[in-house]
Amino acid sequence: MAKDTKPVEQVDSVIVRFAGDSGDGMQLTGGRFTSETAVLGNDLSTFPDFPAEIRAPAGSLPGVSGFQVHFADHDILTPGDAPNVLVAMNPAALKTNLRDLPRGGTLIVDQDTFTERNLAKAGYDANPLEDGSLDGYDVHTVPLTSMTLEATKEVEGVTKREAERAKNMFALGLMSWLYHRPTDNTVSFLERKFAKRPEIAEANKRAFHAGYAFGETTEDFAVSYQVKPAKLRPGTYRNITGNQALAFGLIAASVKSGLPLFLGAYPITPASSILEELARHKNFGVRTFQAEDEIAAVGAALGASFGGSLGVSTSAGPGVVLKSETVGLAVALELPLLILDIQRAGPSTGMPTKPEQADLLMVLFGRNSESPVPVLAASTPAQCFDAAIEAARIALKYRTPVYLLSDAYLANGSEPWLLPDVDAIPPIEVDFTTEPPAEGDFQPYVRDDETLARPWAIPGTPGLEHRIGGLEKQDVTGNVDYDPENHDLMTRLRAQKVAGIASDIPELEVDDPDGADLLVLSWGGTYGPVAAGVRRVRGDGGKVAHAHLHYVNPFPRNTGEVVGAYERVLIPEINLGQLRKLIRAEFLVDAAGFNLVRGLPFRASEVQEAIEAML
Amino acid sequence: MSEPNGNGAQPKLTAKAYKTDQEVRWCPGCGDYAILAALQGFMPELEIPKERIVFVSGIGCAARFPYYMETYGMHSIHGRAPAIATGLSVSRPDLSVWVVTGDGDALSIGGNHLIHALRRNVNIKILLFNNEIYGLTKGQYSPTSPRGKVTKSTPMGSLDWPFNPISLAIGAEATFVARAIDTDRAQLTEVLRAAAAHKGSAFIEIFQNCNIFNDNAFDFVREEKENRIHLQHGEPVRFGAEGERGVRLRSDGSAEVFEGDGDPLAWDAHHPEASPAFALSRLTRDTVGATPIGIFRDVERPVYDELMADQLRTASEQREGKLGALLAGGDTWTIS
Ligand SMILES: Cc1ncc(C[n+]2csc(CCOP(=O)(O)OP(=O)(O)O)c2C)c(N)n1
Ligand code: SF4
Ligand SMILES: [Mg+2]
Repeated sequence: MAKDTKPVEQVDSVIVRFAGDSGDGMQLTGGRFTSETAVLGNDLSTFPDFPAEIRAPAGSLPGVSGFQVHFADHDILTPGDAPNVLVAMNPAALKTNLRDLPRGGTLIVDQDTFTERNLAKAGYDANPLEDGSLDGYDVHTVPLTSMTLEATKEVEGVTKREAERAKNMFALGLMSWLYHRPTDNTVSFLERKFAKRPEIAEANKRAFHAGYAFGETTEDFAVSYQVKPAKLRPGTYRNITGNQALAFGLIAASVKSGLPLFLGAYPITPASSILEELARHKNFGVRTFQAEDEIAAVGAALGASFGGSLGVSTSAGPGVVLKSETVGLAVALELPLLILDIQRAGPSTGMPTKPEQADLLMVLFGRNSESPVPVLAASTPAQCFDAAIEAARIALKYRTPVYLLSDAYLANGSEPWLLPDVDAIPPIEVDFTTEPPAEGDFQPYVRDDETLARPWAIPGTPGLEHRIGGLEKQDVTGNVDYDPENHDLMTRLRAQKVAGIASDIPELEVDDPDGADLLVLSWGGTYGPVAAGVRRVRGDGGKVAHAHLHYVNPFPRNTGEVVGAYERVLIPEINLGQLRKLIRAEFLVDAAGFNLVRGLPFRASEVQEAIEAML
Repeated sequence: MSEPNGNGAQPKLTAKAYKTDQEVRWCPGCGDYAILAALQGFMPELEIPKERIVFVSGIGCAARFPYYMETYGMHSIHGRAPAIATGLSVSRPDLSVWVVTGDGDALSIGGNHLIHALRRNVNIKILLFNNEIYGLTKGQYSPTSPRGKVTKSTPMGSLDWPFNPISLAIGAEATFVARAIDTDRAQLTEVLRAAAAHKGSAFIEIFQNCNIFNDNAFDFVREEKENRIHLQHGEPVRFGAEGERGVRLRSDGSAEVFEGDGDPLAWDAHHPEASPAFALSRLTRDTVGATPIGIFRDVERPVYDELMADQLRTASEQREGKLGALLAGGDTWTIS
């Protein structure tokens, strides 16, 4: 492409949001822009925000799909609160996204879509491009659709509709010029994606180049911007979403434990992509079983665990509810089982594509009787990889079901991931019992002194035939037993076993450079926005400490000490105060909450304000 | 791990070897005892080392079964045994996996798992102990109780139309469907033998007398043996004390019983179409006062477990699973 002749401005970070109709290919556009940005070496964080409906009526408000990407020359923690640049492909996208664009922000709209019909569908009485309502913004009205048609008119074998659909590539080309993104990968991506229809690939490439060239030549854009690569830790990086990282983490746990991975799952947003990703890696011996429902999914996983596999089941709230009885069975059987809950907004079906953190008390307590289960929570998209391995390690070592919580924000959001050295990932030792005892019968409920775990003898092992079940078992022998004292003992043993995991997990780290009086305690997927809010407070001279929990049951062993050491504790959560309830009950600490339940991640600025209100 | 542990050269076991040290806790006179004895008697014939046999059950009287079998076993939760057994069987093709379930367990709370296991043709053998009642919860009607059944939960008679387990299994695309009677050990063993030899899911309904809450429910065939329509592959379908009655198909495909001379259906359990088996399954106590026992259907279809194993094999032949390469797939960049 031709050399730029226009002035170039350096900026340290930019937030771009692409918004359009569900059929406009905004997720693809955002994904490509992200890849270009990753290759350039910026730090980045993304947040796709799309409707649950596959194709809501074209041009309607519920049909708007968005993708936000934040990139910077330094390390960043979130996809950003508000975009600097909004690309709106139609009036509905403008209407639903404009409120997030600060005055003075850059607005790029496809003026061709601002027809009377589309304006009416979006609920505009007057054309906002003409009525002065956009005066405070840096507006660029671009005839995106007609220029795309013009650019592609000579490509043979492409219908007008197909040509028009390349307009997202025109927009991508324009944005690539505006922010100096490398273009080669997108060109080869288009060739790969449309390999079966080279004429479509050609139309898309032409639209992409035309968008880039338009940026160079039009007077509408006077400057372009450069964001230098970030100084990240040396190494090889890739961009990764939370769900992809979970899938890879499960495969890594399988490789490192030597146990075949068995995934039982029933499709549900936002967990399905884990099933889909794992189904592509059967070459690792991964068995994916799309069950008839969530109960069967987790049942099959438990059956596989009984047989010596790493049994895993993935779902979201409405499906996790259905698994409760089987998780309780796994508690009684004391077999390893991993359940991943990719939380979404509820109750009931709620808002399937939107994040929330409100399943915490359900996974802790949503089973009959005393039924202790370890609970872990992932903190960032890339951290999902480590979280999956750690959850598997605990399940296998302690012969227990383990819940790992993620959410829709981590699942679909992405960030650069410094690839781990796979040889440095520690092995997960699994010690099946293989020999009958020297004397007497095999005792399936005798316990390891240190972990309190029971032996795991899998079918196929001669001399260790035994029966297990959900009826209360006698300590040591595992025989059915209704003795009152035995039940009390077994109840306590099961609880102690899970509580004892605290000695096997890292202590809670506190980030407190200035000796603050206020501790912010967060957990799970809010890590990024909360850490960013804390940074902002400190940037303004405020003193605040921050600790983030990756383990919610048991808590890290120093948690009581940490929360007791501060005058005030603030717990931000995307629920009405579930961790707060636990911390108050467990440690008698008068923690305050900051709670917003909108189906949206926190904005760093909101966390900042909440902290500052307590300083 | 999928290597069989036994080498097959073990001495032949006896029924006694399959008894556990647990006290059997069914009511005296319960049909479950006879079925347990038949299973324990049959197991040595399997010639599979004990450690490679697994019994998985749900909840109910019948579901206590695994505690009494000296093999691996899991007494799980109500209705879910087919799902649990699916995960076990698919991940461990070297095992012989058996499911024991009741009419409530299999057809009420677990109906969904049953039909899906059957249509997938998972390599599990499902024994449904049908006593037409909820035994363990002390006598409420079940999905196989005849309409109008008076029980504690239906003092004026039950309202729902019952399932016919054989029709249901055939409709669910089962590849092996059979019926047996608890007290007819020889015939039960014959069916077990065929089920064990069958590749894929086998479904066996066993008429089981619950002498406490539903005594004599199956007397019409259990006691009155002349009402047993014994299905034998390749043989004409005749029954009655002297074989004086026969079964033939009408021109519309439905089955009828006729008396005396006539041209009975020659039974073909391997018929590629399910409709003759389905037609015979409609001959019941309620319709003709007699009912078939034996093998309704025994056909071959790819086994889910094997299909999955094939995919895994193909995938690893195409590309060896290397963790480092997996993680570094896609666009990467390097910072020095
Ligand atoms: C989730 C759940 N619901 C209800 C029950 C109570 N329950 C136990 S066994 C049973 C019915 C058993 O009937 P069936 O399957 O026919 O077995 P049978 O006792 O007759 O052998 C019921 C309703 C339970 N254990 N679990
Ligand atoms: S209640 Fe009926 S089915 Fe249950 S053990 Fe007693 S006789 Fe057998
Ligand atoms: Mg019953």
